[in-house]
Amino acid sequence: MSDAVVDETAHTASEASLLSTPEGAGQPNYAIVPKTSLTGEIEGELLEVAMGPQHPSTHGVFRMDVVLDGERVVKLKPVFGYLHRNHEKIAEHASYLGSMPYTDRLDYFCSLTNNWAYALAVEQLAGLHAPERAEYIRVITAELTRLVNHTCLVGFLLQDMGASGTPLMYAFREREKILDLFESLTGARMMCNYMRFGGCRCDLPPGWLDEAKDVVGNYPRFLDEFERLLTENEILMARTQGIGVLPKQLAINASITGPMLRACGVNYDIRKVDKYGIYDRFPFRVPLGEHGDTFDRFMLRLLEMRESLRILEQALRDIRPGPIMDPKAKIRGFRPKTGEAYGRIEGPKGELGFYLISDGGSNPYRYRVRPPSLINLTILEDMCVGHIVADVVVILGSVDIVLGEVDR
Amino acid sequence: MEPLDQIKSSIEAAVSGARVEIIPNAGLSGQHSLLVDNQHAFAVARFLQDDPAFRLDYCSNVTGVDWLDAETSEKVKVTKVVDGVAKEVEEVKKTRRPGYLEAVYHLYSMELRHGPLIVRLRTENRTDKTHLPSLTPVWRGAEFQEREIYDLYGIVFDGHPDLRRILMWDGFQDYPMRKDYVEPDDYEYEPTAHDKVLEKAKRHHLPEAKP
Repeated sequence: MSDAVVDETAHTASEASLLSTPEGAGQPNYAIVPKTSLTGEIEGELLEVAMGPQHPSTHGVFRMDVVLDGERVVKLKPVFGYLHRNHEKIAEHASYLGSMPYTDRLDYFCSLTNNWAYALAVEQLAGLHAPERAEYIRVITAELTRLVNHTCLVGFLLQDMGASGTPLMYAFREREKILDLFESLTGARMMCNYMRFGGCRCDLPPGWLDEAKDVVGNYPRFLDEFERLLTENEILMARTQGIGVLPKQLAINASITGPMLRACGVNYDIRKVDKYGIYDRFPFRVPLGEHGDTFDRFMLRLLEMRESLRILEQALRDIRPGPIMDPKAKIRGFRPKTGEAYGRIEGPKGELGFYLISDGGSNPYRYRVRPPSLINLTILEDMCVGHIVADVVVILGSVDIVLGEVDR
Repeated sequence: MEPLDQIKSSIEAAVSGARVEIIPNAGLSGQHSLLVDNQHAFAVARFLQDDPAFRLDYCSNVTGVDWLDAETSEKVKVTKVVDGVAKEVEEVKKTRRPGYLEAVYHLYSMELRHGPLIVRLRTENRTDKTHLPSLTPVWRGAEFQEREIYDLYGIVFDGHPDLRRILMWDGFQDYPMRKDYVEPDDYEYEPTAHDKVLEKAKRHHLPEAKP
């Protein structure tokens, strides 16, 4: 008891010494602005904040110039170009095959789908057709890539929301298993450089199919675990439902593709529409959202993974031995006829297209990438205005961008 | 979708005065395209978007192409009087085609699930008359892509809501995707310049040698 009394006296003594005005001190040399108006409301002005390019939640070097009224977003302008290396110009100076490894670096999460889109465009240009086994391998690798992308996206989205660590680590644990498959098939975990015009670079190593079947067979268990952990989580629902709603008509008009578009309820999946490759052989459903908000985009990815697993099961069951290259395909001296072609696939992030013009030479006259990440950012401002800054991070996470593809 | 010549005639019937030309694709992909004149491009785009037979509501890809001045030579048979006798002589006739910049739009329909219809717009030349009408008011998906074409090719899209550079920085002068673009080589500084680098470095000291 006595101790407490001593403490109190000591405290007041030190406070008194702090508060005592030293000799010669006058008025403060700055104007004191009243924080409240006469009506008692807080008055403030708009604040312009540059989120990025070094912001942890922008998934790379991406900047959003945000104008804030308090915590509400009034205006938002995306700024690109920090990672621009003019991939298209470089490809115009390289041979057709020389650009293939470079397509890996566009969207470095999904190098195999990038390879496929480019190979598809060149095959249209040169009139090549991949044999059946190569088409099966392409479907298998592309769907595995979709699994990798969507799993990581969900992990990163939760990380952005503040679920620090756990979901992302769970996602990366599963991703490792698929990357191991890629490594044993292509020799690289991320920069696969696997597809060729008219086929694939090498055949499946012995035992690969069984390993892949193992991974695919165990995946639903992980998805169940993931969903049990996340989907009915109250914080997740509160943070995502009704946030960043994208109207259907705007989504179509702004060329939004992929899971973003389908979350708005538009049934447009290029695997179904174009039926490129051998996608017409596999029955699978196209999941659709209803509200077009962040929760729908999140759920849609989980549902798409289940459909990808369904395709994978069928493809792994039906694949037969055979050649993996079109015998007409030339590796050396590859010069397509004069003409142009636009080839597109349903990438994990949306429509990935390659537009090529050939003048009969060994390198393309014009090489163009249609980047889904960049075009899906068109409506970022429309989705974010009116929400608070913390929601901007979540909305951007649900758009799913990779800056290697946005800036090219 | 209907064949291109039918599309051409229905466009010309709907938009009075529009001049549409079919550009054949010599390659194997069979993706032929339509060249639309600049004055009526906006009206044609609105028609293609709204017409129930087309409903091209989805503008997938917009891109620029740079075509330099080209000289084409073809052999023409001409009758000439040689030594009092009329003879057929083959002559090489050279035609000079001025260069132009091109914007290519790949249009699809999400509602009717058809496409692509490829629409091309061409500028008059590559130097001063590089204006095209912007189709962003019709398809908002063209917004960033037209900005990119402006940035990399220098086509000015009239009517674009926010035409700024997108990938290069604001103070950048040239258009990097043009075929005659010369990249600055001042970053190739070497303490002891030799061979190629020395040759290139000389250009900085001789102003008339600069392109």
